Amino acid sequence: MFGPIIAKAGSSRKNKTGSWRTELKPKFLQTNCIACKLCMLICPEGCIEGSEKNTFHSDYDYCKGCGNCASICPKQDIEMTPEE
Amino acid sequence: MRAFLEGSKAIAEVVGLCKPGVISAYPITPQTHIVEELAQLIADGKLNSQFINVESEHSAASVVLGASATGVRVYTATSSQGLFLMAEVLFNIAGMRLPVVLTCANRAISAPINIWNDQQDSVSLRDSGWIQFYAENIQEAVDLHLIAYRLAEDKDVMLPVMVCIDGYILTHVIETVDLSEQEKINKFLPEYQPPYKLDVNNPLTLGFLADADYYTEARFAIQETHREMLKFIPQLFGDFSSIFGRNYNFVERYHLQDAQKVIVAMGSVCGTIKDVVDELRKKGKRVGLLKILCLRPFPYQEIYNALKDIPRIAVLDRALSLGSFAPLASEIKALFSGKKKAPKIVSSFIAGLGGRDITRENIKQIFRQLSQREISGKFIDLKPELLQAPLETKT
Repeated sequence: MFGPIIAKAGSSRKNKTGSWRTELKPKFLQTNCIACKLCMLICPEGCIEGSEKNTFHSDYDYCKGCGNCASICPKQDIEMTPEE
Repeated sequence: MRAFLEGSKAIAEVVGLCKPGVISAYPITPQTHIVEELAQLIADGKLNSQFINVESEHSAASVVLGASATGVRVYTATSSQGLFLMAEVLFNIAGMRLPVVLTCANRAISAPINIWNDQQDSVSLRDSGWIQFYAENIQEAVDLHLIAYRLAEDKDVMLPVMVCIDGYILTHVIETVDLSEQEKINKFLPEYQPPYKLDVNNPLTLGFLADADYYTEARFAIQETHREMLKFIPQLFGDFSSIFGRNYNFVERYHLQDAQKVIVAMGSVCGTIKDVVDELRKKGKRVGLLKILCLRPFPYQEIYNALKDIPRIAVLDRALSLGSFAPLASEIKALFSGKKKAPKIVSSFIAGLGGRDITRENIKQIFRQLSQREISGKFIDLKPELLQAPLETKT
């Protein structure tokens, strides 16, 4: 008999770790964004995507609400807001 | 092919005939001759295998874990402190369901440092998930390695096997041994077909993080596989017997039919006990031996059937569980708990620690003491003159 001992590649995506999030999550205002990508680079989960100005957003399935993106944004264009 | 060989050399020869693709080991007395001999076989071009030199037993175990995960047959050997340094990795090997075969040349554990034989090293790892066999003589040691590979690599088992052989007593003694022919071995032990392996074309993760949602089932499955093996291993012994003509079982019953007093033991001491049983039988004493060949999975039913009608049992441990009952004794006692049929007396004796000989006289002493009331954890051949009160120094 075998238990869960083997995983196919990419299994970490199935684990929606956003469920661990603290009481705050980042809200991307998408108004003063200059597409510097600092939020994307600092995100420890790598779950921020975007390319053009005012297109950046976080994937809440994996975001843990650490607030690094809001803290580093030079335009204060990301706010930490309470979970609904 | 019969040969007159040192135990270590015989084991190295048979492991060589099993053709492991990767061998990694670190030398430690009394295991050294085994891996020295394997390194020689490779150097002489007689064995096509990679011998990976490492800086510690932890690394040796890690190398065979990694190599086994890629789907190749592997081998390692160690003793005592080396086995303990491997311990963390050994639990992982079992948990990852990798069919590693390891020879443990049984040796005492420090401190005090001692290079001689007892079984504290492997017995301490009985909870690791590894299958454990204990050999009485070199022929058994050799045969158990063949059985070990076949069992470990079975697609329904996929668990590591530790073949435990008493250090010096079996590793360094020279006996006549039947080293099986390659054709017979090939018949008994087919090429290893891993049911899963690390492969860049089919990426897998082995040894992942399993949280509370998954961990229990991974461990339960090992426990369940050990239970299933209680039915499977006898079939394997049957297969072995049909090809090689030598019979094995979980336990060996030696003169048990009408026995009034029986010693239960593991490993090389069983040879001495058999001699004493023969001697006492000639004098009309109804004595016997139950040899435990397989400690994990623990063959409850076989042991129960063998001992249930015997009035007096002595369990001889060559290891301790400091602060509690001796390891084998507590398991033998536990299996009779709540049973209607059980021996009246299950006494426990400890002997042969750190290489102290277990003599024929010691064995007779155990049989004699079995006439009295139940004895728990009695040390045979203890020297009271070496014991002293705390903080007292002798001048």
